Amino acid sequence: MTSSKLYNAIFAAGIALILACLMIGVKLDTDSSVLAVKGATAEQWIWIAVGISVVFLSQLFSAQVDALFGAIPKPNFKAVLPQEKKMAVLKPWLISAVIVGMLIWPFMVSRGTVDLATLTLIYIMLGLGLNIVVGLAGLLDLGFVAFYAVGAYTYALLSQYFGMSFWACLPISAGLAALFGFLLGFPVLRLRGDYLAIVTLGFGEIIRILLNNWTSLTGGPNGISGIDKPTLFGLEFNRRAKEEGAMTFHEYFDMDYSSSYKVIFLYLIAVLLVICVIYLINRLMRMPIGRAWEALREDEIACRSLGLNRTAIKLSAFTLGASTAGFAGCFFAARQGFISPESFIFIESAIILAIVVLGGMGSQMGIIFAAIIMTILPELAREFSEYRMLLFGLLMVVMMRWRPEGLVPIKRPNLELKQQ
Amino acid sequence: MSQLLLDVNGLTMRFGGLVAVNGVNLKVKNRQIVSVIGPNGAGKTTVFNCLSGFYIPTEGSVMLKNQQIAGLKDYQISRKGLVRTFQHVRLFQKMTVIENMLVAQHRHLNTNLFSGLLKTPNYRRLEKDAMEHAAHWLKEVRLLDYANREAGNLSYGQQRRLEIARCMVTQPELLMLDEPAAGLNPNETKELDELIISLRDEHEISILLIEHDMSLVMGISDHIYVIAQGTPLADGNAEQIKGNPDVIKAYLGEE
Repeated sequence: MTSSKLYNAIFAAGIALILACLMIGVKLDTDSSVLAVKGATAEQWIWIAVGISVVFLSQLFSAQVDALFGAIPKPNFKAVLPQEKKMAVLKPWLISAVIVGMLIWPFMVSRGTVDLATLTLIYIMLGLGLNIVVGLAGLLDLGFVAFYAVGAYTYALLSQYFGMSFWACLPISAGLAALFGFLLGFPVLRLRGDYLAIVTLGFGEIIRILLNNWTSLTGGPNGISGIDKPTLFGLEFNRRAKEEGAMTFHEYFDMDYSSSYKVIFLYLIAVLLVICVIYLINRLMRMPIGRAWEALREDEIACRSLGLNRTAIKLSAFTLGASTAGFAGCFFAARQGFISPESFIFIESAIILAIVVLGGMGSQMGIIFAAIIMTILPELAREFSEYRMLLFGLLMVVMMRWRPEGLVPIKRPNLELKQQ
Repeated sequence: MSQLLLDVNGLTMRFGGLVAVNGVNLKVKNRQIVSVIGPNGAGKTTVFNCLSGFYIPTEGSVMLKNQQIAGLKDYQISRKGLVRTFQHVRLFQKMTVIENMLVAQHRHLNTNLFSGLLKTPNYRRLEKDAMEHAAHWLKEVRLLDYANREAGNLSYGQQRRLEIARCMVTQPELLMLDEPAAGLNPNETKELDELIISLRDEHEISILLIEHDMSLVMGISDHIYVIAQGTPLADGNAEQIKGNPDVIKAYLGEE
């Protein structure tokens, strides 16, 4: 053991001590209407001491800890999955089984579970949209939530002022979000990496602050409430029809009213949207435009020398990514029935980005898994909600050590060539 | 019979006060291999960057098939049939060899979003043609067996060959190679030599070459231009260049 290790360990323990003393050791408390500084209890001091010794020891024996980490077996998916040729035969069956399962499943579980699944599906959509920009085109976008907000507010405003229906607003939301993506794309064409991240971050904040302050149109921080839910060919899912003469779902089918119909209906719409988005993006990835996005991520200069117009390629990535977020936003507004700028803060962008990174840049399967994990874990760990960000950070650190390329790294398509 | 393909007159490139290229003239005829040589830092790559549109030349004209191309965007120039490789290999590392070849044919494909989503017959046909064209060129550079490997995992020599094949699928008329033999062993250099000659003789394109390997340059060039410190020093065929006292002085220094 070298002395530098000991020095490192002492240094880390010292920093841990300072931080722990500041954050846990002293506390501001109201003592009969006067603020007073209180020290930690004896029990807390013991925990602090234990924590610091853990930091000290883990730094001192970091080599051994690394070896332990290395010893954790990496999951070997190849062994679990059938061989490639069998997979090709099984694939359509597997996909249809999953779809049928997703359609039947909500009728067997509780309302809350279906609601959570709907939320997960929204995040899957957002993750897939951001994947085009970050994973495929390699443009780091920290303000993705702005397009989500544009989609949501488009539907909310059109519904409130013009009484337009969800189905009519869905393409409009996507289109308007795409337009914003296109507009953002122009000034950032020449930017890459850190600079692009900062500009997109700013853009996300601009949209949020605009929504917050344009009170006459958006209602400011109070948001917009009473947004209409989607209807099934004009059939509402409320107890009573809003307009005279209109039918509700349970009246039409002559069933008793149940509020879970609405939840399940929303879930099914989300499933439909997600399937559409997955199919479309999957096709895009195999098309010239998808290849061009990836080529742009790999080497911009080579792209230019081969006659690819990088302006068109970058703008198309921004536009299509944003339109996916617009879709998700429109659905989000319909599901919540109430939106406010609070729903579109920076942390949402960060979560969507985390989904893309955790899942594996560019990989659709990975993003679906990551979105499921990122929405279900916080629900399961409700008791630890105070430590949510801590767990989030821990998850990131563990993932980066264990599988830096993401849960399911992107697999390159195998293109058959005729041997001449 | 042999027409003038590229005609460069008085090409000058200034970066602020620094004159990197000063009044360079180049002429490339159809089916010709023309080399540009000169000591390190002479401005050879800057000339390439000006021709391919990465820099906009400060002065001078660049005529490709009697059309002015100086000032056009880089991707517009490459679409006119002037394509280059790079001193340091620039492949799409994480993509497969065949994908590299398909990206290069981007503008020959049907890039309409809807025809791609619907897989229209026209889209399928163009996609199939592109695959065949790519396969043809991969065979030409002996990389067909590696078609589904990631480009970044190929050996250095294979990466060099892939870069040339990737340029060739864009169907250029003038191929500009920036130090293609750098980092190759003598065997690979010899293969490269044969490949370049076959490009001229069988595929009937012209090649503009920057190279330090004198035996390669002297062996295959139809015409050689020498540049030193951004200024043209001499031009002629291999024999004339070898015997030119100015060139010897530029390379070896004065006595």
